[in-house]
Amino acid sequence: MSETAIRPASLWDFANPTRFLAIAGPLIPILGAITAALFAAGLWMSFNAPEDYQQGHTVLIMFIHVPAAWLAMFCYSVMAVSAIGSLVWRHPLADVSIRAALPIGAAFTLLALVTGSLWGKPMWGPWWVWDARLTSVLVLFIVYLGLMALIRAIEDPVIAARSLAIVTLVGSINIPIIKFSVDWWNTLHQPASVSRFERPAMDAAFLYPLLVMALAYTLLFLTLHLMNMRNEIYRRRIRTLRMQAARQAEGA
Amino acid sequence: MRALFLREIRLAGRIGGGALTGLLFFLAVITLVPFAVGPDLKLLARIGPAMLWTGALLSTLLGLDRLFQGEREDGSLDLLLLGEYPVALLVFVKALAHWVATGLPLVLATPVFGLMMNMEPAAIGAVMATLLVGTPAITFIGAMGAAVTVTLARGGLLIAILILPLVIPVLVFGVSAAYGAVEDPAPFWPPFMFLCAITLFFSVLGPLAAGFMLRHAAD
Amino acid sequence: MKLVVENLGVERGERRIIEGLAFEVSSGEALVITGPNGSGKSTMLKALAGYLRPSAGTITLLGGNGEKSVPEQCHYLAHSNALKLQLSVRENLEFWQHYLGMGEPVEAALEAVGLPGIGDIPAGYLSAGQKRRVAIARLIAAFRPVWLVDEPTAALDASSECRFAAIVERHLSNGGIVLAATHQPLGLEAARVLEMRALTAGLIK
Repeated sequence: MSETAIRPASLWDFANPTRFLAIAGPLIPILGAITAALFAAGLWMSFNAPEDYQQGHTVLIMFIHVPAAWLAMFCYSVMAVSAIGSLVWRHPLADVSIRAALPIGAAFTLLALVTGSLWGKPMWGPWWVWDARLTSVLVLFIVYLGLMALIRAIEDPVIAARSLAIVTLVGSINIPIIKFSVDWWNTLHQPASVSRFERPAMDAAFLYPLLVMALAYTLLFLTLHLMNMRNEIYRRRIRTLRMQAARQAEGA
Repeated sequence: MRALFLREIRLAGRIGGGALTGLLFFLAVITLVPFAVGPDLKLLARIGPAMLWTGALLSTLLGLDRLFQGEREDGSLDLLLLGEYPVALLVFVKALAHWVATGLPLVLATPVFGLMMNMEPAAIGAVMATLLVGTPAITFIGAMGAAVTVTLARGGLLIAILILPLVIPVLVFGVSAAYGAVEDPAPFWPPFMFLCAITLFFSVLGPLAAGFMLRHAAD
Repeated sequence: MKLVVENLGVERGERRIIEGLAFEVSSGEALVITGPNGSGKSTMLKALAGYLRPSAGTITLLGGNGEKSVPEQCHYLAHSNALKLQLSVRENLEFWQHYLGMGEPVEAALEAVGLPGIGDIPAGYLSAGQKRRVAIARLIAAFRPVWLVDEPTAALDASSECRFAAIVERHLSNGGIVLAATHQPLGLEAARVLEMRALTAGLIK
């Protein structure tokens, strides 16, 4: 612990939870402000986008649903990378990162599912269809819920963190396989049906609002993730303090 | 390792509960189907392969907590980890023995349940073949779930929830191949090959993940 | 053969349980580890057996089998007996002989713990004390040079304790190493004692 040589900043500089808190403290409000601004811009652009000839105004849901689905996947990728950081490099904040990202990802997935269901209802009728995309998102949701159940069930935080990392990593390895099998299953049972989630032709009028919303969602995720990581660190500190108090009360 | 395999088989035989309970659960699921959809034989024959697969999958998933629970409770797991073999190999042998004791009986019972669902012999054969290849995949990747929940007293349902998304491909390709063998335009070999590939892949991934978890989960 | 521990640090959760521990035990030597509850006796044995990864320090076995890791040359006996109740005593012990390494014949091991002829009885029929003695017999039946034992004679009577001391002496005279964490005197001649104290300020950020 005596390296005083100057070296370029690396991820390990943030390995210290205290330093992380010091950086995150001022950063979070800034990110929050940018997020709010982006959402305002994105929503304004969405409402001003032209009507799609086929779907009418319901296409607006696309601007909420599609970025939500993207973020659901992105969040899982963040968790998977954190899992590698936890298992391979034992980065101390990696476990905090996974735990913090988990409920956020689940929330985005739920949002994607609900808006996905709402999207087609006015035009086609059923509240839910088992098409490839929605089903894949549903499976992702089950993955998230399973992970949340897992960390609630295990008491020992070290084992819980390791379990979470491994299951996340194995899940991420399997996601291409699962996606492929869902697509296979879908073509098997619904050949040549028009997916009602066909996006309108991507001309600039639709593309820009979509990208702005996606950026807004991403920054929302970053803000929430940092906030949650901060909360998680505080939670761990409370736990440690309580344990210390218990041992001192015992009069060891 | 041979000694470990034989011990596992012997234990499964002596306790008796593990192997038989899974089989009975399979029977229970199949019995519930006509109550749920009606006893129309044509309908049962049509959904037979799918229901057999679902029953076998659920039965395998729910029996997975037996994989490491007993060893951990009586302290055998600690000693097993002192062996000179890689932990992944230890998990592989245990999972294989577990499958022979609980999964193989399901496969062998398929003809009986297939007849109950009024299935054609070709369909029954196809389901048997796909279950034979597919249930080990569930057991191997399920070993990871069992290892992750080894510290919990009632890990069974949690294992099923965690492993369910991972075995969806197994179910999809297994059922697809089973139907492909009897329905003309549907292909058999592509999904069957995918199923074999998944089983081989899980037979490596599952033990590796489970081994890693067991190695570092002692408390 | 020498077991060398240098600057060992072990954390559990976010607490540091062991810090800066160092000692050596040579062939034919026994080390008795004493200390109050929570001082880290069991934790240290677990770290030696490879169940816990040390956060600092090294554990080496000099003069042992260079191709095997330290845990692969250890026996471990803690609070559980690791007996399968549905198998007979002999089947239990023979399995571990195959798995861990062959030691003395099963009958000789059972005699050494005072349970001759019990081999064919299913382990579930034994009393708690008898099960413990079979677990001790495993130390003899399956050979490993280093013994890590945690409260080996906890539920046993005085005559069993004497037997255990004799077993340990025999292992030591064969060149083995024994580390025993215990509250009770084991009656070992010339065993060194390592006293552990609890860390009061063992918190990590």
